[in-house]
Amino acid sequence: MRAEGFRVRRLDLAGWPVRITTYRIGETWHAKADNVSPGAQIAKARADTLAAAEARVLEVAEARLAGTRRSA
Amino acid sequence: MEDYACPDVLVSTEWVAERAGSPGIRIVEVDVNTASYDEGHVPGAVGWAWDRQLCDTVQRDIVPKQAFEELMAASGIAKGTTVVLYGDNNNWFAAWAFWQLKVYGHGDVRLMDGGRVKWLAEGRDLAVGKPAIARADYAASDPDFSIRAFLPAVMDAVRAGSVELVDVRSPAEFTGEILSPPGLPETCQRGGHIPGASNIPWGEACNEDGTFKSADELRRIYQGAGITGEKPVIAYCRIGERSSHSWFVLKYLLGLDGVTNYDGSWTEWGNLVGAPVARGA
Repeated sequence: MRAEGFRVRRLDLAGWPVRITTYRIGETWHAKADNVSPGAQIAKARADTLAAAEARVLEVAEARLAGTRRSA
Repeated sequence: MEDYACPDVLVSTEWVAERAGSPGIRIVEVDVNTASYDEGHVPGAVGWAWDRQLCDTVQRDIVPKQAFEELMAASGIAKGTTVVLYGDNNNWFAAWAFWQLKVYGHGDVRLMDGGRVKWLAEGRDLAVGKPAIARADYAASDPDFSIRAFLPAVMDAVRAGSVELVDVRSPAEFTGEILSPPGLPETCQRGGHIPGASNIPWGEACNEDGTFKSADELRRIYQGAGITGEKPVIAYCRIGERSSHSWFVLKYLLGLDGVTNYDGSWTEWGNLVGAPVARGA
C-alpha cells in the first residue's frame, strides 16, 4: 500500500493563504489544509472521492480561518 | 548532508526504506494530528501521540521521567537503540520528541529528512496497524536541562541582553497582528514578541519538499538575522514544538553551542502579568 495521486496546491481562503494536500491510500481519499505560515494543519477530511474530501476540508478550513481575529 | 555540523542526526527517506525493521533501529512517527499514523505509516514504525505521551497530562511540562521510560520500553527501545523520528508538518512534533529524548539522555536519535509528507509524496510503502513490539528495558538519565530554557532564566537574559533570542513563529504572530496561527484557537492574552527577539520563522529552514536547507543556506538565514551564536541562543514559538525544530537546526545542523528551547514559549510569556512585550516588526 502506498499514497497515490499526491498533490499540493495553494489558494486563499477567508483572506489567508492555505495549502491543500490530497492523496489516496487504498480506497480512501485524504485532504488536509494547513495555513502555510506557520504551516499548522487546520482541517482534515477523508472521503470516497477526491472531490468530496476536498470540499469537506475547504468547508472546515474556511470556517476556522474566518474566526481568526486581526489586531486593530 | 555532509556539510551539516552533525550530519548523523539526519537520515533520508531512502535510508529509512532500506533499514526499517532492522534490529537495533526503531522508527517512530510523531504527528501534530495524531490520527495520521492510522492512515498508513512507515512499515514497522510505532506511533506516539504528542498530546498524551510526550507531555505531562496534569501539569504543563514535558513527559515525566517514569512515563518516558515506560514509553521507550513499550516501544521496544533500549538505551542503545537507534531511534529515527518523523512526522507531519515538516517534523514539528518529531523534533519535539527528539528534544525530549535528548533531555533524557538518549544517545542515538535521528530525524527523517522531509518527514511524513516526503514519504507519501515519494509513494513509498505504507503499513497500517500497530507492529508487534517486544518490550525493552529502559532507564533514562536524569533530565539534562542545559538544552531547556525556563522562564526565570529567559527573563534574566532578556533584561541583561545576554542572549540571542529567536522567535520562530510566523511574522503575523511576531508582530502581534494575530494571537494564534490562522485557523487555530487563541491561547494568549497579548500579541507580540519578547523584546529583543529576531523573527526567523521555522519554515525558513526547509525546502519545498520538507527537507532541510543546506548548511550554507541556513547559516546565511540565521546570521543574516543576527543569530551568530556569539551569545547563548534561546528559541521559542507558541508551545515549544516549532522551536524544537529550530533548536535542532541551530544545535545539530549549524553546530552552535548553548542553544536552548524555551518550551513555555508565547503561551507562557504572552499570558504573564507585567511581562514586557514588543509589538511590530
